[in-house]
Amino acid sequence: MKKTTEHKEPDISFEQLEEIVNLLAALYGQDFTEYSKASLKRRVNRILMKKHFTVYELKQEIINQPSFVDELILEITVNVTEMFRDPAFYGAVRKKVLPYLKSFPRIKIWNAGCSTGEEVYSFAIMLDESGMYANSFLYGTDINTRVLDKARKGIYTLHQMKEYSENYLKTGGTASLAEFYSAAYDAAAIHQGLKKNVLFATHNLATDSVFNEFEMIVCRNVLIYFENSLQEKVIQLFYDSLRPLGFLCLGSKETIRFTELRKKFRVVDQEQKIYQKIG
Amino acid sequence: MAEKIYIRSANVDCLVIGGSAGAFEPIYDFVSQLPGTFPIPVVIVLHRGKGFKSNLTHLLQSKAKLRIKEADEKEALVPGTVFLAPVDFHLLIEPDRSLSLDGSEAVLYSRPSIDVTFDSAADVYGKTLVSMIFSGANSDGTMGCERIDEKGGSVLIQHPDEADVQTMPVSVAERLKKPVFFTKADFQDIIHRLTETGKPINKTV
Repeated sequence: MKKTTEHKEPDISFEQLEEIVNLLAALYGQDFTEYSKASLKRRVNRILMKKHFTVYELKQEIINQPSFVDELILEITVNVTEMFRDPAFYGAVRKKVLPYLKSFPRIKIWNAGCSTGEEVYSFAIMLDESGMYANSFLYGTDINTRVLDKARKGIYTLHQMKEYSENYLKTGGTASLAEFYSAAYDAAAIHQGLKKNVLFATHNLATDSVFNEFEMIVCRNVLIYFENSLQEKVIQLFYDSLRPLGFLCLGSKETIRFTELRKKFRVVDQEQKIYQKIG
Repeated sequence: MAEKIYIRSANVDCLVIGGSAGAFEPIYDFVSQLPGTFPIPVVIVLHRGKGFKSNLTHLLQSKAKLRIKEADEKEALVPGTVFLAPVDFHLLIEPDRSLSLDGSEAVLYSRPSIDVTFDSAADVYGKTLVSMIFSGANSDGTMGCERIDEKGGSVLIQHPDEADVQTMPVSVAERLKKPVFFTKADFQDIIHRLTETGKPINKTV
């Protein structure tokens, strides 16, 4: 058996983590104080390893290199996403939500924590297929400017697209995903027409407030990184940002069950975590 | 009496179990033998291939005396329960001894990753953690077991002669100064030792 050489992976303490979190909040207003600690610690260890930094060097870099902070946030937040991730969820949206949304004159959708935009374009495609795109506007927000740059470009690898095609078909898609992008070499560019009613902007769920009223809010696999106190604040923010009878979609392992607001939502699909504001 | 299975701490607060290919059957066997009064929480990270269609929770529950459940995020780690890492998420233990989930990149092609869970458990429990590593075809769990060992916890390794796939237990054993091996014949001894040393977690939080 070969012995790997990267024997000593960085292992900061929770006290050191707190120092770094405090530094980011004090110098840049980036508030990670209510993020789940174990996951955040792992992400900071990961960037120490990648950069070959000690904790001291990381702190110096944060203090002296404001441009580094964007990169740091990119690394410590989780940006794993796919088009039509969890096809059963999108299938449930097609069946149970879109027919309802159709009755609204305008459909504004907020995808919170959209990362590189794959989910936003997935919704754009479903709306287009349902003949609802012209009446819709999709907002994708994230705390990280770099992922938003990528989202705006809407260019993914052809290899990824092939995987997403399978997801798409499982959602009950009637066309082929290839009808929504143009391929050149190894790249797949989302069609301009699908970008027309899409806007990507920075928004920090931990610190920013309501910025519009939405018919639907989608925030999947973001709350799991937050402690309960922050989860509650964010659910309140979503409640305040939804129009009456608007829809809220969370990730498969996330729930509003433990928040005060649960009585003001109707469960549309328990398994797919789709809720409707009723109170 | 000479104890065959060496557990370093007199007090144990949590048991974490990891395994991959070939691990279901011995883990099922072990979990079935745990008494309903087992005093510490149990966390299991078992790799499941995309073809693993069966409901692991139900399978394990069929003969278990403890409650078996898939871990929910921000759920308190309490005794009397065996928590399973859900498919497609890493499972971590927070400093307040609750569970959290993480959808970040797979580690060694694995999500859930044994390393991720074991590493975070070592942070929180230190000496009072015991881990068991079972059969598996890759080296996931090795880094996590090293961390547990460094922080004074106990690492118990399924004897490679008994493991369906030796890679995982051998990988862990190679990294430890004094690897401790167990076989299925030791299950009752391990359970007995942990029952003796395990104290209810409620007393400590």
